[in-house]
Amino acid sequence: MSRKQDAREAIMVGHRSDGSAVQRPLSPHLQVYDMLQMTSALSISGRITGVVWVGGVLFMVWWLLAAASGADAFGAVQWFASSVIGVIFLFGLTAAAWFHTLNGVRHLAWDAGYGYDIPSTYRSGRWVLVGTALATAATWILATGAWLT
Amino acid sequence: MAHEYARSTTLRTPLGRARGLGAAKSGMHHWWTQRVTSAALLPLTLWFVLSAASLAGAGHAATVEWIARPWNAVLLLATIGLTFHHTASGLQVIIEDYVRQEWVKITAILVTKAICVVLALAAALAVLRIAV
Repeated sequence: MSRKQDAREAIMVGHRSDGSAVQRPLSPHLQVYDMLQMTSALSISGRITGVVWVGGVLFMVWWLLAAASGADAFGAVQWFASSVIGVIFLFGLTAAAWFHTLNGVRHLAWDAGYGYDIPSTYRSGRWVLVGTALATAATWILATGAWLT
Repeated sequence: MAHEYARSTTLRTPLGRARGLGAAKSGMHHWWTQRVTSAALLPLTLWFVLSAASLAGAGHAATVEWIARPWNAVLLLATIGLTFHHTASGLQVIIEDYVRQEWVKITAILVTKAICVVLALAAALAVLRIAV
């Protein structure tokens, strides 16, 4: 390989299908991209919130299994859900789930061909962030109202 | 290292073509099923999250009664199946992006798929036990 000009080139090593090395950008991207931009920050956040939602999926499975098992098992789920850690977990999960969903809609719009230019991307990114905050608040107002009645 | 090939309309080498259809290894399928499951999960997840939020503090009997209603059970089963398919696919691309060694990558993907299948079946069984 030729002498490296830039430290970031160190991770730009891929392979052609015949095995010979080629220099091109690869994942992970985290060391290279400026994460303070709307584009890269929301992109990696979409991935991170997806992984966080796996925790939520596990909670959903636990909830369903406990409901099928009986009142004792379900009591454990309700105890967790109303504990301090549980509330924090569920609140963070709600925010992550809404962000992942709204960012996913943004992706589907891109897949359909809409909104590729930078101003539109930044605008839709802002809408995703605002929408996440509003939807999370609305979901928790609904849940708190249901819990109190 | 220049080679002359009979068909010059493609830049692919014959070996590249034989080794597995390029980087994606299976064409558009993964990308498309992710979009389909995403679109289907949009209404389903909204329904599930809002329903679960409205069931907060409802107690075991009320929750079981809610799950047992046929329409809720059907939508729950759809949600479970699509969620785990979407999750397994999403985790697969993450593993493919960040894991370098081939055997670790393949093992991780297979284990992830296996766990998703088992959890999906367990959740579906729970819903069926309540609703049937």
